[in-house]
Amino acid sequence: MGPLSVNELISENTNLFLAFIIGIGFGFVLEQSGFSSSRKLAGVFYGYDTVVLKVFFTAAITAMLGLLFFSLFGWIDLSLVYINPTYLTSAIVGGIIMGAGFIIGGYCPGTSFCGASIGKLDALVFIGGLFIGVLIFGLGYNLWDGMYMAKFLGSPKISQTLGLSDGVFAFLLIIIALSMFWVAEWAEKKFPREEY
Amino acid sequence: METQKTKYLNPYVGGVLLGLVLLAANFVSGRGLGASGAIKSTLVTAETVIAPAASEKSGFIKEFREEHPGNPMKTWLVFEMTGVLVGGFLSGALAGRLKLKVEHSPKITSRKRLILALTGGVLFGFGSQLGRGCTSGAALSGMAVLSLGGFITMMAIFGTAYALAYIFRKNWI
Repeated sequence: MGPLSVNELISENTNLFLAFIIGIGFGFVLEQSGFSSSRKLAGVFYGYDTVVLKVFFTAAITAMLGLLFFSLFGWIDLSLVYINPTYLTSAIVGGIIMGAGFIIGGYCPGTSFCGASIGKLDALVFIGGLFIGVLIFGLGYNLWDGMYMAKFLGSPKISQTLGLSDGVFAFLLIIIALSMFWVAEWAEKKFPREEY
Repeated sequence: METQKTKYLNPYVGGVLLGLVLLAANFVSGRGLGASGAIKSTLVTAETVIAPAASEKSGFIKEFREEHPGNPMKTWLVFEMTGVLVGGFLSGALAGRLKLKVEHSPKITSRKRLILALTGGVLFGFGSQLGRGCTSGAALSGMAVLSLGGFITMMAIFGTAYALAYIFRKNWI
């Protein structure tokens, strides 16, 4: 059955319409969870507000389990689902640059759109910065396309790399997430905070 | 008179809901969520209009066009991110959180906050292109499909932010 658009069960225009609807859900849940506030987001790095960690890992696990169950029930063909390719160098260097952007700017791209939608001007300026950053990457592409393409490993799953089945890896990730949630709850009690 | 702010959603409930949205994205389109891709689409469109000759030569734009034939604005992520603006606005309206303001720690000025936001945005924009996606497209969506690269990018983003947190603490707490 799924993915619907890859199996051509829905038209391209329906796919784009559903993208809009899914986006509404994405923005709504982000805002409801407090991701429209940069000070709330940054809290995870100081322990006073760990909402980012809780929402992020709960979401990753929910979607991961959902895909595994959908596949088990025959509702989705996982071989048709896009797995992000792994270019080792750029995954690490890109991540490092993004991490610096996160702690300096207080947002990531998705949350900055969410913040801007309720009137946060700092989020709007962050989006302006995003455009400049993407433009710089595009203009200087020839300077870093070597790094961009380096150490290509294909599209491996982390479970394959670790020699585990998808199910066992999922189980381990849930245990890890639960221990992180426990630490997060402890940290929130230890470091005082106010609601932003 | 200040309107009563509605409290935020329980983070675990929010996480499950966000996970279901991500699952829906995969079920419908065979790909996860994303954000930075929509910015790239917009820039490719702008560059093609403003400087068509230069855009022909750009390796960056060539790569984009190979992956997305047709109108660069008629892509999944552009429609999805338009939805994000609508969904965020609706949520903020319902919760009484719609307000034009610069949010910052009382220890810094609005001006400093905006300079930091711009700097962070430039870095995040650049990094998201190098890393082939941001927190949404590479880290969160990558983790859901168990992509090795997704997990690596996630650890690099959060690891770096934690490592630098002490230096930038005055901007937040």
